[in-house]
This record gives sequence, structure tokens and C-alpha cells, in this order.
Amino acid sequence: MSKITLLEAVTQALSWELEHDDSILVFGEDVGANGGVFRATDGLQKRFGANRVFDTPLAEAMIAGLCVGLSAQGMKPVGEIQFSGFMYPAVDQLVSHASRMRNRTRGRLSCPMVLRAPYGGGIHAPELHSESMEALYAHVPGLRVVIPSSPQRAYGLLLAAMRDPDPVVFLEPKRIYRITKQEVPDNGQALPLDTCFVLREGTDVTLASWGAMINETLKAATQLAAQGIECEVIDLATVKPLDLETLVESVERTARLVIIAEEPRSCGVGAEIAAAVAEKALYSLVAPIERVSGYDVIMPLSKLENNYLPSVNRIQKAVLRTLEAER
Amino acid sequence: MKTKARFEIGFEQILDPAGQVLTKRLPAFARDPEEMLRMYRVMTLTRTFDSRAIALQRTGKLGTYASCLGHEAAHVGVGAAMIEADVLAPSYREYGAQFWRGVKPEEVLLYWGGNEQGSNFSGPPHDFAWCVPIATQTLYGAGAALAFQTREEKRAVVAMLGDGGTSEGAFYEAMNIAGVRRLPIVFVVVNNQWAISVPRSAQTRAATLAQKAFAAGIPGVQLDGNDIIAVRKVVGEALQQARQGKGPTLVEALTYRLSDHTTADDARRYRSEDEVNKAKMIEPLERTRKYLESLGVWDDEKEQSLMAENKKIIEAAVKTYLNSPAPAITDMFDYMYAELPDALREQRKTAIEENAADE
Ligand SMILES: Cc1ncc(C[n+]2csc(CCOP(=O)(O)OP(=O)(O)O)c2C)c(N)n1
Ligand SMILES: [Mg+2]
Repeated sequence: MSKITLLEAVTQALSWELEHDDSILVFGEDVGANGGVFRATDGLQKRFGANRVFDTPLAEAMIAGLCVGLSAQGMKPVGEIQFSGFMYPAVDQLVSHASRMRNRTRGRLSCPMVLRAPYGGGIHAPELHSESMEALYAHVPGLRVVIPSSPQRAYGLLLAAMRDPDPVVFLEPKRIYRITKQEVPDNGQALPLDTCFVLREGTDVTLASWGAMINETLKAATQLAAQGIECEVIDLATVKPLDLETLVESVERTARLVIIAEEPRSCGVGAEIAAAVAEKALYSLVAPIERVSGYDVIMPLSKLENNYLPSVNRIQKAVLRTLEAER
Repeated sequence: MKTKARFEIGFEQILDPAGQVLTKRLPAFARDPEEMLRMYRVMTLTRTFDSRAIALQRTGKLGTYASCLGHEAAHVGVGAAMIEADVLAPSYREYGAQFWRGVKPEEVLLYWGGNEQGSNFSGPPHDFAWCVPIATQTLYGAGAALAFQTREEKRAVVAMLGDGGTSEGAFYEAMNIAGVRRLPIVFVVVNNQWAISVPRSAQTRAATLAQKAFAAGIPGVQLDGNDIIAVRKVVGEALQQARQGKGPTLVEALTYRLSDHTTADDARRYRSEDEVNKAKMIEPLERTRKYLESLGVWDDEKEQSLMAENKKIIEAAVKTYLNSPAPAITDMFDYMYAELPDALREQRKTAIEENAADE
């Protein structure tokens, strides 16, 4: 089997579901003939026709609104927002309707929709193309927020998102769209949306991360292993709702937690993890929880982008600080 | 049924693609060779800049860049129609308008090179910076217009957007409030026929984009956006009206995006070479040059020396750009608030230490 990128895994998942579920529609700006600006929908219009895979006019509120209406009336829309930085007109429909439809109608109507968007920094793009605003969506009751970090998880989680009965914001870390390849069997098998993934087992410290930062986190873990420090690396994958059980179980063993994310520091998903772990496992901790994150600044343009994003070095230092405490 | 309202869309064209004048009543600036030359200089400078910027991107010395090839008349025409006190709210490719207003080529390069310092550009200090989220500038443009109206200042706003941008809700909301309050604003839609890969025909069933004005109760007019005389005349008159308290206008300038959407795009995936070649035949520079020749103020020799001069100006700008120091790490903190809050001061310190350790 040939290996594919995270981006190709997205295409493969969309393709599988379009093939097997007639109610799936894929649409957004430039997703048709152009196959999406990153080519996530490459070839899909040709294969499934312009009734099921199509370009919309340039309007994100409309894309999200169509998703809400379609999904409430029995279709399974997968809308693409070209970059997560252009999600904001769509947020109205997400917050005011998609997240509330089931509750508002006491279960009579619901919104099984997916809104996909490339997100995060690291590709030297213009303004508003690089932010990590996952906490914005994670804060909204009723939404699921899913962020894959490998080709296999992109495939399995996107399938799960499309089959989930509730609205999912699916954020694709574009920095790693093309950098790692994996074998991804095209068997239509979804992954669970409500569990974290333990990517590396370890006894000394728990590293919790998601999205593109998983790569730096794994690198840091490998380098620390050479110094005899065993890190357990957990990919959150579904940042909302959070699988606390896996996290807490891990922290209870390692007694140390470092959270790694490129989001701005304050009020982020990292802050939520820290609070939740403090609630459930404070007495297991022997060192303060560390957060390695972006700063509370506007994501800088490319010249300072790498100074903003957490580095392997910053992660290692945080781990070493937690190890200064005696057990 | 009785007719309650009826609307017509006018189309203004003064210079045809061959450089022939189609009217007997040329505006004063078009009869002034000096003024026409001034516009031609900025148009050609913009084109020289554009091809140099693409070359810089191709050699890894510039980030993603949005070309303005083919838009020179629409952009420079708008710049020339404005007065200094007016405010420009551009999107991201109207360098021609900005050069006219004093923005320097090296500043545009800094911006696309990933340095925010580029947005702290020369020219009128009240002008807005580039706007990436499509059509949002039309709304803050309306806000700026309301400021002038409230303070009874004889100033107006130009908000520029693309054909794709006219599909955003923000654009309708902006026109609507501009109509309700008779705001001093001119919306200029530069209809270059494409929004990345989506053709104009897939944005709206409407025959023109200009007619979108009617639902807001404001005048809408279409013009040949490759004809700088038409652009400057119509936008100039609309601005005059706006400054005199006579309300907003929507201007649709028809042109064509001769380049890829940006350097990250490949237009061959979605449009035919044939279509592009046809559009090249009616591009804006040649007809302006022919008009200048017909005025007897232009010839090949002058053309060549202008090209050489443009090249010199742009090469100097490129040199300045390439020699510009990278921003300091602290730059990302120092413009966040008027005064840096303590919490952020702490992060700023950490950032300096962490980045020093990373080196
Ligand atoms: C709100 C928003 N949605 C999507 C984008 C991505 N995008 C950038 S340019 C563009 C097309 C714009 O087309 P048009 O308005 O015709 O302007 P042009 O680029 O042709 O000048 C799109 C979809 C964006 N920048 N902002
Ligand atoms: Mg356009």
C-alpha cells in the first residue's frame, strides 16, 4: 500500500463517504474545479458531479447557514472554510444555530454537519491565515472540535465527524498537511471522536498536545529519551469534548504534566486541560503544570512566525522544569 | 400591475482599447497632458513593480504575493480621483492607488515579505492598511465615513473590493447603512472576473454588480476599468458628491486579472489560455500610451527612458527591502496595547529569553 499525506487522507475520507452515503454534500469556495486551495477536494467534483461537490459564492455565513439547514433536513453537509481565519462570518450560524438546534427543539431537529478548515501557523502565509483559535469553538456548548495530527487520524476522525449526529468543527493543521506520510487503508473505518490517542508511552512526564505541535512534542520526547527521561505523549485529537479519563490516568502515573500548543496562552484549550487535571488529579502532581504555548499576541507575519511557535527546545525546558521537583 | 420602480445601469467608457476617445466632452484632467503623463507614470511603475515582486517571490525572497497585473487603470484611476484628506480602505492588491497616495514600493514588499512594518506605510497617515478578510473593509469604511459626516468634514472614503467580495453579507450591510445615513463613501468594486477559481458568473445571477446598489437605494454605475479616464472621472465625481453630503455611490470597474490569483495559485487549473489572451488585448497600459501619443506628448524614446527610470526606482526599492532589518522579537508584543499590561510584559520577557536560548 502506498503512503499518503494528511491532506490526501482528508481527500480519501471525503471520497469514501461521498461514495457510501448519498446524503453527503461537499462545498465551499474554490472546492470544485480548483479542488480547494490546498487540493483537499482534488478530483472530487469530477468523480461525484457538481451537484454533490461544488463551489459557492464567496460568503462564509452562507456556507455555514447552508450546512445548518441541510443537516436539519436530512442531508450531511461538509462545508469548507478556506482558512480558519475566515470562519468568523460563519461563527454566527455555528453559535446561534448549529450548536443549539438539537437542544432548542428538544431533539426534534439536529445538525449533523462538518465545517472543515485548514488552521494553524508555519507556512509563511499572509495575515489571518495562521491563527490557532480552536478555543473559540471549544468554548461553544454543543459543538465538537476535532484536530487530527497524522494521516491515519485525519482519515478516521474525518469519517467519524461526517457520521456524528452533531455539528463538528474539523480543523486541519496545514503545517503538516504534506510533511508526513503514512499508510492509510481506505476501508471506511472511523476512529472514535471521544478518546485521546497515546502516541508514546512513558513514566516520567505526560505531554499533552494536538495539531501540528504533536511533531515538535514527539521530537522533544525522543531527544529527552536519550537523556533517560521517558515522556508519555498524548494527542488530544478531539479538543471538545475532552477525553479527561486518558489524561488523568496518565498524570496519575507520571505526576507531571506539560501542555504544548500553538494557541495564544490565555483562556485556551491548554488552560482548560490544566484546570480539569487540577480538579481531578491535583494530589497526584509533584510539580506545577507547565504550558508551552503561543503568546497572547496577534499571530505575527512570517518574519516572526517561528519566534511565536513553541520550539522543541522550549518543550524540553518545560519538561526539565517539571522534573526538578522530587517525587 | 403598475410599475413601482425602474432602474438602469449606465456604462462609462471614454478611451476604447485602441486609445480612441469616444466622447466630445473630455474631463479637464484628460485634456491636460501633464496630468495624463502623471497617471501613466504610476501605471507603468506599478507594472514594473508587479513583475519584480513576482520574480522576488519565485526566488524565495518574498512570501505569497497578490499580483495586480491588468488592474493598473482601475487602481491608479481611483488613487488619482481622491484628495489627500479622503481615506482609502483597500483590500490587498490596489498598489497602484496606494503608490499614487505616497505608499512606497519597498513598504508593499515588506508586507508581503512577512514584516508588519510594511503596513506602517508612507502616504496619508489616515489610510487603512491592507485588508485580508474579504469585504470587511466596506463596513469599517462606512464607519470612517460616518466619522467625517458627524464632524462635518469635507472628506470621503473609498472602500475597494473585488467581484467575489460582493457576495459577502458585510458588503450589503455596508451599502445599506451608507444609503440610510447618506454616508460620504464610494464603494469601488474591481470586477476582474475571477475570485480565485470562481468566475464572476458563479457569484451572482445579477447582470451587473453595480445594480446591487439599487437595493440599498444608492446609485450604481459600471465602467470600463481598463480606461483610466473613465475611472478617474466617475470615481472623482462620486467622491465630490459624497464630500458635498449627497451620499454614497457604488462603482463597478470592469477589468481582468491577467495573473494567477496570487503566487500560490495556478490559474491554468480553472481557466483557458484563450480567455486570458483575449483579455490581454484590452489591457489598460497600451491604450493610455496611444492616447498620450495622440496628444503629441509621447514617443518610443520617451517610453524607453520611462521604462529605464521605473526600473531604477523599483531596483532601489528592492534593495531597500532586502536590506531592511528583520523585526525584533519584541515587535509582536509592543503594538498590542497602548500600554503593555503586566501579564504581557511577563510573556515578552519570557519570549526574549526563550528565543535567545533557541538561537
Ligand atoms: C472572508 C474571506 N473569505 C475567504 C478568503 C480567501 N480569499 C482570499 S482572496 C479570495 C477571492 C477574492 O476574490 P475577489 O473578491 O474577486 O477579489 P480579487 O482577489 O479577485 O481581487 C478568497 C476567497 C478571504 N481572504 N476572506
Ligand atoms: Mg475578483
